[in-house]
Amino acid sequence: MTEDRKKASEEQLAYAGVLNIGMWIGLALLVVTFIVYISGALPSYVPIEKLSEIPKGSNVPYWGMRAHELNEAFNIPIGWGWTSLVGKGDYLNFVGIAMLGGLSILCYLVILPILIRKKDTPYVVIAMLEVAVLLLAASGILKAGGH
Amino acid sequence: MIHSRKVLKILIVVLSIMVIFVSISAFASQTQEAAKETASASTAPWWVWPLALFVVTFILGILAVLGGVGGGVLFVPIIGGFFPFNIDFVRGAGLLVALAGALAAGPGLLRRNLASLRLALPVALIASSAAIIGAMIGLALKPNVVNTLLGATILFIVAIMVTAKKSDFPNVAKPDNLSQSLHIMGIYREESLGKDIEWQVHRTPQGLALFIVIGVMAGMFGLGAGWANVPALNLLMGAPLKISVATSKFLLSITDASAVWVYLNQGAVLPMIVVPSIVGIMLGSMIGVKILVKSKPKAIKWMVIGLLLFAGTRALLKGLGIWE
Repeated sequence: MTEDRKKASEEQLAYAGVLNIGMWIGLALLVVTFIVYISGALPSYVPIEKLSEIPKGSNVPYWGMRAHELNEAFNIPIGWGWTSLVGKGDYLNFVGIAMLGGLSILCYLVILPILIRKKDTPYVVIAMLEVAVLLLAASGILKAGGH
Repeated sequence: MIHSRKVLKILIVVLSIMVIFVSISAFASQTQEAAKETASASTAPWWVWPLALFVVTFILGILAVLGGVGGGVLFVPIIGGFFPFNIDFVRGAGLLVALAGALAAGPGLLRRNLASLRLALPVALIASSAAIIGAMIGLALKPNVVNTLLGATILFIVAIMVTAKKSDFPNVAKPDNLSQSLHIMGIYREESLGKDIEWQVHRTPQGLALFIVIGVMAGMFGLGAGWANVPALNLLMGAPLKISVATSKFLLSITDASAVWVYLNQGAVLPMIVVPSIVGIMLGSMIGVKILVKSKPKAIKWMVIGLLLFAGTRALLKGLGIWE
């Protein structure tokens, strides 16, 4: 019994396995898409050199603006609107970023059947609630106000 | 004599790093002034900044490992204070830096049973929900308010680092009802003692309540939250230090993920800042681990504290409009 408790549980190992594979894929995607971005192999929606420029009438460069100001300046879609720009060098990077952000959801979905099989009801509920929270965050429904 | 030489060396390194940051800051403001005069173009080519970002985050990665802190807590105040990027993008990048580090460390910690899924899952639910709220508040606040609060928080973290005592094996006489019903307990092999350590936790409701605050702060400032997770798990809930550190690291992969989505959906993520930072800090961390295996000068902790003190003061003064 003690030997069993010393080892990581089945769901813990399953979670680690998915996390490991997803993390490497996500990081590799991030680096490859960034090389595509800075090499100019794909045209960018917001030209890379533009970000450090200071627009007329402003005293900060574009990347010194608040997020909502930059979005307005370049008519950048918010929420999942970036998916329509994924053919552009800059927004291609968001694929890797979204993968890293969404990896935990996948890990939870993988351990859910194990928890159900073990009849671990409290953790089934916790895992389902966590998936709901992460999906809500990812959905883009939530908006930060005050602009 | 040897001791004073060491201190002198560290002082020189700290001062050099501070000079680098102040120079970057001065360069950024000069560039902006020059650009204002020429109406539209910045005098520095665009690639200078991601390159500088890579170099600085590489150094931060080394220091974070040697100083025993997360990369995010160094990243946000230092990059926010001394680079020309808006604090919105710096926080978005800070969360992704902390997230990438947690994702990379997570599998190994889970497999070795140092990070406990049973301990992490209830805590993560609370902290990640709170982090979403924190991220929304953070993006709604004005930058000067964010900088002021960030500076105050960093100075608070410095106070925690200086004063908080950690307990390798806290005494948990009786686990509380909630942790018992959730079976939050375990055994791990403590190699330094050559024996198995059984652990359990207490004060779970209080701990979960504290993670509401920790989650909000993590989302609001993009700092990661290891600085708060570890004391909460170790000192309040009574988990052994190793379990607390490992579970805290793993927790960030869930807590920060929820906040990252808010920043991503609000357009507060710039790949130009994110990718060089993640690569820089991860490579720096790898070098840091190699140095750590050979030696761990205690003074490095004080060096990190000095840097945080400097960056926290900078953020506070920037927020108050005293040091623009």
